[in-house]
Amino acid sequence: MVDGWFTGDGDGFRLLGTRCAACTSLFFPREDAHCRNPGCPGGHLEEVPLSRQGLVWSYTDSRYRPPSPYVTDPELPWEPYTLIAVELEPERIVVLGQAAEGITVADLAVGMEVEVVPGVLHEDTETIWTTWHWRPTGVTA
Amino acid sequence: MTGEVAVLGAGMHPWGKWGRSFVEYGTAAARAALADAGLEWRDVGSVVGAGTVRGGYPGYVAGATFAKALGWQGARVTSVYAACASGAQAVNTARAQILSGLADVVLVVGADAAPKGFFRPAGGDRPDDPDWLRFRVLGATNPTYFGLYARRRMAVHGDTLEDFAQVKVKNSALGALNPNARYRTRVTADEVAASAVVADPLRLLDICATSDGGAALVLSSMEFARRHATNQPVRIRAVSTVTPHYPNTVLDLPDIATDSAAALEPAADPFRASIARAAYEEAGVGPEDLSLAEVYDLSTALELQWYEDLGLCGQGEGAKLLREGATALGGRIPVNASGGLASFGEAVPAQAIAQVCELTWQLREEAAERQVAGARVGITANQGLFGHGSAVIAVR
Repeated sequence: MVDGWFTGDGDGFRLLGTRCAACTSLFFPREDAHCRNPGCPGGHLEEVPLSRQGLVWSYTDSRYRPPSPYVTDPELPWEPYTLIAVELEPERIVVLGQAAEGITVADLAVGMEVEVVPGVLHEDTETIWTTWHWRPTGVTA
Repeated sequence: MTGEVAVLGAGMHPWGKWGRSFVEYGTAAARAALADAGLEWRDVGSVVGAGTVRGGYPGYVAGATFAKALGWQGARVTSVYAACASGAQAVNTARAQILSGLADVVLVVGADAAPKGFFRPAGGDRPDDPDWLRFRVLGATNPTYFGLYARRRMAVHGDTLEDFAQVKVKNSALGALNPNARYRTRVTADEVAASAVVADPLRLLDICATSDGGAALVLSSMEFARRHATNQPVRIRAVSTVTPHYPNTVLDLPDIATDSAAALEPAADPFRASIARAAYEEAGVGPEDLSLAEVYDLSTALELQWYEDLGLCGQGEGAKLLREGATALGGRIPVNASGGLASFGEAVPAQAIAQVCELTWQLREEAAERQVAGARVGITANQGLFGHGSAVIAVR
């Protein structure tokens, strides 16, 4: 679904972006076609891992079931999940993601440090769709 | 001023959940605007329809759909789609045709029959579409973005839930005075606080609904207006349709991430502020000249952001401006005298046109109980998905 957006396991899990070899502009989700800096003649776009830790830019949650193409089981009661927008300081980028399971808005504050961890978006009998989650640093599931 | 066009007519179909076709709403609004202009449909040389992605082909080809419903008469036709900025792009297209001499009188129409509940992307598996991806990968509905902005304002500027609620209190009081508004009941801060949380910290009454509705304008050259209008018409002096500057560093619908600022410093103005600045520069006016503003209050917290991006106050001072009463009717700079989206809800291609209708009625002093005394200059502000700027400045 989102090929090449992340890689690795455990402490080695990283989001993957791309960086322009000519102007050093960085892109997430990855840009593989052409550098989008309007002042850049365009360089080779190289895959780069993003910082593992960042600071909470903001956060919210989804108290109502999102419509498709989000996949949920309508037979089950809706369990709200948390979304966190995270500022990666070296990359000067803000990346949105779901919070790790069990993390609610009550656990978060703007400016708090979080880290990226592997997560499961959903699974059925045939497939497990993996994704990235943000989790306050040092919290273990 | 040579860049101006005249607003000869404005019309709406009342907003609500009427359960009928968008064609019906748009046609009713168009007939109302033509009657207001004192013109026949056959007098119109060009029709510009603001498109909707709903309704299949008729929505995509809105211009011709409205022309057929009004009766084919051979007018030049254009259809434009720019998400929530569709209406402003339709106004801009009409203006460009008038100023270039392609048409003397142009009818601009936008209408929609919105689905119940959350907006969602078109069907199919489309992982190359950022709008599809944010739903599929994150379940990030529009209100979750509004929640992120609201929480950020609370953390950075000290805004409170009570500040957000007071935006709804203000706008609902104005919507109660507007016969075209969907919601015509005054709302209290306690009622906002008692409504269900949708996307923390925002509640149901902080977030605008989806609605059916339609809005239309009849625009003409100043020369045509001099020959046909009995009074000095309201004039459109600027239409801002700018895109952002790279890197765009404020997380925005429908993106999962911002542009990185690692290689290039961002522009001094964030995107929303650059939309307003372009309009001010084109019109040769500034925030201090405004009598009123109609802004895109998708959420109560977002209205406060617009105060700052329009330059009505400094960054972080939006809640203070609200608390002072400056943006209420009778204040220094009333905002959303129409009742705003809080009272109308979203009928996507119509809303930017509806904002200009409200400016027109205000500048003519025809806004009855919600009239801004002595209104001379008004601005609208809006923003379309995927980087469409939208602001219109009208004067009398």
